[in-house]
Amino acid sequence: MPTQTPILKQGDYLIVSLQDAVSDTDLAALWRTLVERVGAQRIRGVVIDVSALDVIDSFACRTLTQVAQALGLRGAEAIIVGIQPDVAFSMVQLGLSVRDVRTMLDPEEAIEYLDRVTRRGPHAGRA
Amino acid sequence: MVLVETLADLATARYGTVSDEVCIAIRDGADLAVVQHGIGVLAPRLGLSALQRVAATTAAMELARNILVHAGAGEMLLGVVRTASGGRGLVVYARDEGPGIADLALAMRDGYSTAGSLGLGLPGARRLMDAFEIESAVGRGTAVLCAKWSTPHE
Repeated sequence: MPTQTPILKQGDYLIVSLQDAVSDTDLAALWRTLVERVGAQRIRGVVIDVSALDVIDSFACRTLTQVAQALGLRGAEAIIVGIQPDVAFSMVQLGLSVRDVRTMLDPEEAIEYLDRVTRRGPHAGRA
Repeated sequence: MVLVETLADLATARYGTVSDEVCIAIRDGADLAVVQHGIGVLAPRLGLSALQRVAATTAAMELARNILVHAGAGEMLLGVVRTASGGRGLVVYARDEGPGIADLALAMRDGYSTAGSLGLGLPGARRLMDAFEIESAVGRGTAVLCAKWSTPHE
């Protein structure tokens, strides 16, 4: 059963929440959607929330870093947020790194950072 | 190379009594989610901590992905093992009839890949699990037997 990954647009940013056990095909479709939307909607930042992922293996890690790179080529900074503690530990044991991609604790932190680097004030619509 | 019919045969010889055996055919990417689900179902029966469950699931998914990438198809067997000394663990057996690995020592080294990937699957799975054995024969296939103990085990 294909799962729809929710994509929220907040100002010039997209917030994507990966659902647990997202399949290879879902990830590939998501990648395409994100890269297209960055162009169509002039997106400056994409926050990829992986807090629902119970496992991040080498394939998921490689795909996420490739998505981040592709988005960067289109002028949007991708930030991965919400890597769970056990997942972070297992990734390190496995030897995975997301060295070239910025990671943060949660979407709020990522948006604060994006506001700073895109030289925006407090985000429109936020309290 | 030893080709055993069931996980029970192999794991019983190595570790102890096997129960709750689950067999998952590995044929495409969708089967990896079944592996994750299977371990999620077995983990509570063992008293594995969340960290142990995540580590074991990560290792099992790496092994399953290796099957897909190198052999195209294979199978993964999961089970609960109880040792003579009262220890409990999750046992994972991954096997395929793919091309086999010519140089196991090389394959167990970080960063070595014949598929253009990260090359972390086998050595990484070994680090993530508590017990790990691999057998392979060129032209015949590969089998990995590994276990995650919920209680310390020698």
